[in-house]
Order: sequence, then structure tokens, then C-alpha cells
Amino acid sequence: MSIKYTPDHEWVDTTDGIATVGITVHAQDALGDVVFVDLPEVGKSFAAKEVAGVVESVKAAADVYAPVSGEIVEVNEALRADPSLANTDPLKTGWFFKVKLSNPAELDGLMDTTAYDELVKNS
Amino acid sequence: MSADQNLNTPLHKTPLHALHLELGAKMVPFAGYDMPVQYPAGVMAEHKHTRSKAGLFDVSHMGQVLLVGDDAAAALETLVPVDIVDLGLFKQRYALFTADDGGILDDLMVARRTDGLFVVVNAGCRDQDIAHMRKHLSGRCEVRPLPDQALLALQGPQAVTALSRLNPGVAGLVFMTGGFFDLDGIPTFVTRSGYTGEDGYEISVAAERSVELARKLLAQPEVMPIGLGARDSLRLEAGLCLYGHDIDTTTTPVEASLTWAIQKVRRAGGARAGGYPGAAVIDRQFAEGAARKRVGLVSSERMPVREGARLVNADGQEIGVVTSGTLGPTVGKPVALAYVQTPYAALGTELFAEVRGKRTPMTVSSTPFTPNGYFRG
Repeated sequence: MSIKYTPDHEWVDTTDGIATVGITVHAQDALGDVVFVDLPEVGKSFAAKEVAGVVESVKAAADVYAPVSGEIVEVNEALRADPSLANTDPLKTGWFFKVKLSNPAELDGLMDTTAYDELVKNS
Repeated sequence: MSADQNLNTPLHKTPLHALHLELGAKMVPFAGYDMPVQYPAGVMAEHKHTRSKAGLFDVSHMGQVLLVGDDAAAALETLVPVDIVDLGLFKQRYALFTADDGGILDDLMVARRTDGLFVVVNAGCRDQDIAHMRKHLSGRCEVRPLPDQALLALQGPQAVTALSRLNPGVAGLVFMTGGFFDLDGIPTFVTRSGYTGEDGYEISVAAERSVELARKLLAQPEVMPIGLGARDSLRLEAGLCLYGHDIDTTTTPVEASLTWAIQKVRRAGGARAGGYPGAAVIDRQFAEGAARKRVGLVSSERMPVREGARLVNADGQEIGVVTSGTLGPTVGKPVALAYVQTPYAALGTELFAEVRGKRTPMTVSSTPFTPNGYFRG
């Protein structure tokens, strides 16, 4: 399964019905140095586009949305302990949370890499 | 920040605008200007660099005004609750324009020069401040805006080392004094002051020479460019108020804990007591205290507490509001400025900030949150 993106600058990487979610290189660049993340509770369910967490830099706080509906099955404790991972390795060790998809068809509504790159280029 | 921007009006540019772009700055609208919020190093690195070495800030958006005439100091005292008459040559002082109800119209810096009183006001208040001074001071002194002057700030413990290479004389200044200096061939007016809590300088220079001066400063090994993002976190750690946030027309100097800016000579019983807008309200608050006070807050938890966060006591009753806050990059903890009901203003008082429906504990703390680095000689 390839990586998908939301217009809110999150990435979604799905394997076996579990979506790993993080913020994009563009998002962390726009935010600046991340100093705090608020991660959702494991076991809690979110509808797509609901606020599931918060990421904060020195200068601003931004909501992190659930890109797809489902139950939180894991959060990144390493990111909680070292929020700068969202800057230094946003696409890998800087992931935020994992969602067990309740409606896999929602993935079809997200952008592929080409579409997302186009969005960033025009933003 | 978009609230500051009228989309129908193009943003103003400071004389250093092209240099900011060349340096890779991320630009944002601020007080009607297109300003650098950060350079490629980022807010955190810029903040720490200023605390340890020296940072160069473009603050040319701020308003510079010269009040000319023998009566300028006495005239200005009719608008500020500050001792200007006794301000010695080349001495500088912090001041406040007050309103009839005791609220604060703007905060400003005043320095006495050989050619008049040199006043620096906030960019967002500049036009109203100039109109205010013209309305009330005309006839007693000339109010002369200096739109062709740029303003640079060089801040940090190594600012003296860097600037001394352009003119060793600047090392002889102490905090809140100034003078005319030729910086490697460029005429300037320099004060040893700033908005970071560090030692450092503010340099008024002709716009047409400002890029040349900025390049000379950036060529010094200690210096890197610093954007508005770090300027805000630096001033917040230093416990310094940001107009429009920590002070405004609804806050008095007593409520804002700025009574230190009002010298005894201007208070009730002083030789030149009162005589400025709102004196009756402010004198009464001096005598009786105010119902609320500005305080510093520090959290032992990690979640930043920002402007607008409600403050509650242990019973959940609302007792105040945060007016500025972030994670202090030097302190390593969330720090904030806030107004609280006076019974909660004592140092060490424990209260709670509400952030996204959660309560986070905060402690009333003295400011600055980081030790000042001012050079007092």
C-alpha cells in the first residue's frame, strides 16, 4: 500500500488495515521546531477529520486530525518524549499514531504523492 | 497574524527586505509589514544563538520620532507618567502613553540626544502615536517622524564584541545609554538596550546605509540574523510586555506591574506628580492597589500554555487569563505572562491553566524567567 496524504499535511501509511499517521516534511517545516505533541488515548475512536492530537512549536500550536475513521491502537511514545523527531524524521520515527481503519474506503479520498506534491507546490 | 493584514493594502517593506529574502527568511505580515519570522536556522536555534552569542534583528518597522525644542521634555511629560525632564543627555528610559482612564495607548523608549528627544514606538501604534503627539505637543515642540531611518538591534552577550570591531567606543556605553557613533564609516545613533533581556544595542541608521551596516554586522563571526519568532520568545523569557497582548488600552500601568516605570517625582506627592492622562486612576491604584495584576507563570509540565488560556484556582473558579505564552527555549519549560486577580498574584501561588479542556498546573514566578544580561558597567 502506498502512502497517502491529506490536505491538512498529514501522511497515512496503511498495512493490513492499520494506518500509521504522521505530519509531512512540508508541515514540520511550516511549523518550525516542534516542542510538544499531544497524542490521543489508545482505544479511543475518531471519525475522519476529527481532531486527534496537537503539535506545537515555539511559535504556534496546530491540530492533528484523524485522516481516516477508526480506533487508535498505538501512539508514538518516543515522539512524546522527544517531539523534535517530528522535525528530524517526520516520515519514519516521527510518526504520531496508528488507527485501525473502520472504513478502508476513506483511503480512496486521500491524495497520492503526485497530487500532494502539486498541492504543496501551489500553496 | 492575518488579523493584522488588510488584504487591500500592499504590505510595507523595510529597507532590509531584499536582504531577508537573500538570507532565506520566511516572511510573514506583521503590523502592516512583510517581516522575517525566521531564517533557515529556525526559531529555536535563533533564540539560543542570541542567548549565547549575538543576533541581528531588523526592527525598522518600529516608529522613530524626534521631538525637537527646549520644551520637548516637559511637553512629553503631559502624555507619559515618566520622568523625562530629569533624563540626562544620552540617557534612555522606558515610557508609556496613557489614556484618560489609565489604560496604556502604547509603550515606547525615549532617549535624550543633542538634537532632541529620540522616541521609538511600536509599529502597530506608530500612526496614532504621531497623531497623539502632534495633537498635544504641537506649539511646545516639533514632532518630527524619521521615516528614512532604519532600526537594527544587535543582541546577545557577544554583541559588544561584534559591534566594537566597527567602533570600540560602543563598549563604553552602559545599559540604557546611547550616543552618536560612526560604525566603520556609517553614521548611526546607538543605544545599549533592547528587547531580549540580553546585553546588546539598538542602532538607528539612515535607510540608505542600513543594508551596508547589516552586512558588516552579519560578517562578524558571532552574528546571525534573527526573526520575529525568536524575538517574541526572547522577550517573553525576559518578562517584557508585548503591546496589544500583555498591555493595551484595557490595562493600567499598575495592573501591568509596570510601576517601576513611573518615577517617584511623577507619583502623588512628587514634585511633578500627575499632569498626564489617567493620573487620577493610576494614583488611586498606587494607593489602593488594583484588582488584578500581571504576573509571570512557569509550568513544570511540558504542554505550552498560550495567549487566551483561562486560569482557574483549585476549585475551578476562573481567576485570570494568559496574555503571552510559549515553551521557553532557554528555560526549557512553558512560561507565560498573565493577569490574575490580585489575591493570586503572590510569588509561588499555584494555579491551573486550561488548555484544550485539560488543566495544567502553573506557579506564579518572578520575571525575567532567564537572568538579564544587561551591562551596567
